[in-house]
Amino acid sequence: MSTGTTKLDVVVSDVVPVNDLVTRFHFRRRDGELLPTFSGGAHVVVEMRDGERTRLNPYSLMGSPLDTREYTISVRRDDVGRGGSLFMHRSVKPGMEMVVSYPVNLFSLDLRARKHLMLAGGIGITPFMAQTAQLAAEGGNFELHYTCRTASLGTYADVLRERYDRRVRLYHDDLDERIELDRLLSTQPLGTHLYVCGPAGMINWVRDRAASLGWPAETVHFEHFAAPQPGLPFDVTLAVSGKTIRVDEQQSLLEAIEAAGVDPPYLCRGGVCGQCETNVISSDGKFIHNDHWLSEEEHRSGKKIMPCVSRFEGQSLVLER
Amino acid sequence: MAAKSIISRPVYGTLSPQPGKQHLFIADAEGALAIAEMAERAPPGFFDDAEIVFIPGPDGKHIAALEALKPAQFHQAPSFASLLPRLRQTLANAHMGVRLYLSGTEGLIGQAMQVALETGIDHTSIQTEHRGSLARRMQCVHCKGITENVTTQPATCAHCGLLLLVRDHYSRRIAAFQGVCINAEDRSEIPPMEEIFR
Repeated sequence: MSTGTTKLDVVVSDVVPVNDLVTRFHFRRRDGELLPTFSGGAHVVVEMRDGERTRLNPYSLMGSPLDTREYTISVRRDDVGRGGSLFMHRSVKPGMEMVVSYPVNLFSLDLRARKHLMLAGGIGITPFMAQTAQLAAEGGNFELHYTCRTASLGTYADVLRERYDRRVRLYHDDLDERIELDRLLSTQPLGTHLYVCGPAGMINWVRDRAASLGWPAETVHFEHFAAPQPGLPFDVTLAVSGKTIRVDEQQSLLEAIEAAGVDPPYLCRGGVCGQCETNVISSDGKFIHNDHWLSEEEHRSGKKIMPCVSRFEGQSLVLER
Repeated sequence: MAAKSIISRPVYGTLSPQPGKQHLFIADAEGALAIAEMAERAPPGFFDDAEIVFIPGPDGKHIAALEALKPAQFHQAPSFASLLPRLRQTLANAHMGVRLYLSGTEGLIGQAMQVALETGIDHTSIQTEHRGSLARRMQCVHCKGITENVTTQPATCAHCGLLLLVRDHYSRRIAAFQGVCINAEDRSEIPPMEEIFR
């Protein structure tokens, strides 16, 4: 049972290619009613029924929170990923009926901030599309710094420049343009909050520099959905439900548990929200922890695992599920 | 030492050096000792980027101890009200990377925090350490007047004269504890007044 993830029956109202890698999908409710309200930074989990297999992938809502006639997400094609983005790109067509979760926000704006400083890398721009729309409508003070590989892969860079002009600053990797991070972080007025969404390396770099330069942790917000990594197949015993299951190479542990008919709670499916945290009853082998939720100490203890993104290699694993 | 009773009652920690580009200390009376003790744990050169604003109080002690830390700036003020314009100015011009350290009486910590909150600093980002008197700043819920340095329970409102129960209920926005009339049913009932916030 997915905590807080009541389902919405939607229909794909539009599919719009944005550039070589990114396609935008629009969803409306099948009953024609308005969708639930959300705030900038929220995501939905999209159910992808692909033959025998069901994938559940989280995507940030990128439309304006002021318009709940439709939800929009942008999906970057990952040719070597686990297939969710390829399914969206190849198989999802206008008119198709799909199911998405209610929106959940694990990357919300702190509206007490005097200023919002946003740093986006690549497809990490999507939550900021919604956040900037929300702030602009309220006259909020924000500044967006957006790094992309090339101008043609700068998803929505043109839209953002047109909407917000000089409040958006672009950096292109191929032109060797780099954020002067230390200077940027050192010249922000007191009461600024920092938001960063992008590749893990960028998030770690920004968090690290911000901490060194005296930004209190509560002013630094970040979102990184770690897509579950493929790995060696392994067997797991679910002690509570009395089942033994196999986790395939391309499957996450959470997906394998769900495929066996057991419904653990989840929200983000990306190792950040903590909902699916599972106790380990016994283990003989090595954990491959990929989450941002458990502490290092908990990782070392071998007593807990986040089944949405983490894996196991070894002789036996028994979970309290 | 301030003990936790209800959730709004502030609790204070021990000053510790934070990463940052500038460090602003505001202290009164024995709050100076908290800074001096923290200095023993601070990395070399820490006070090169520090400003200390100090209200010595009637004893006039601890000034030399703070000057010995050789902060970039050292400023003395006779009262909190007198340092307020300077504090507002400093915070208005400050950038992220400034860290705030408050030590001394609850009234000083609460009022300095109130100014900091107005500039957008989160209260959890501020280092605090309580030293010295437990005297309270109290707001009368009936007339809204603030009475400073309340040491008794109950206490008389300096504005409307009602006899007030000094609660642990605290407002960061107002920087004061709440005082509620203790004998509203029968004014002739006068409970004994004890000095408990020393």
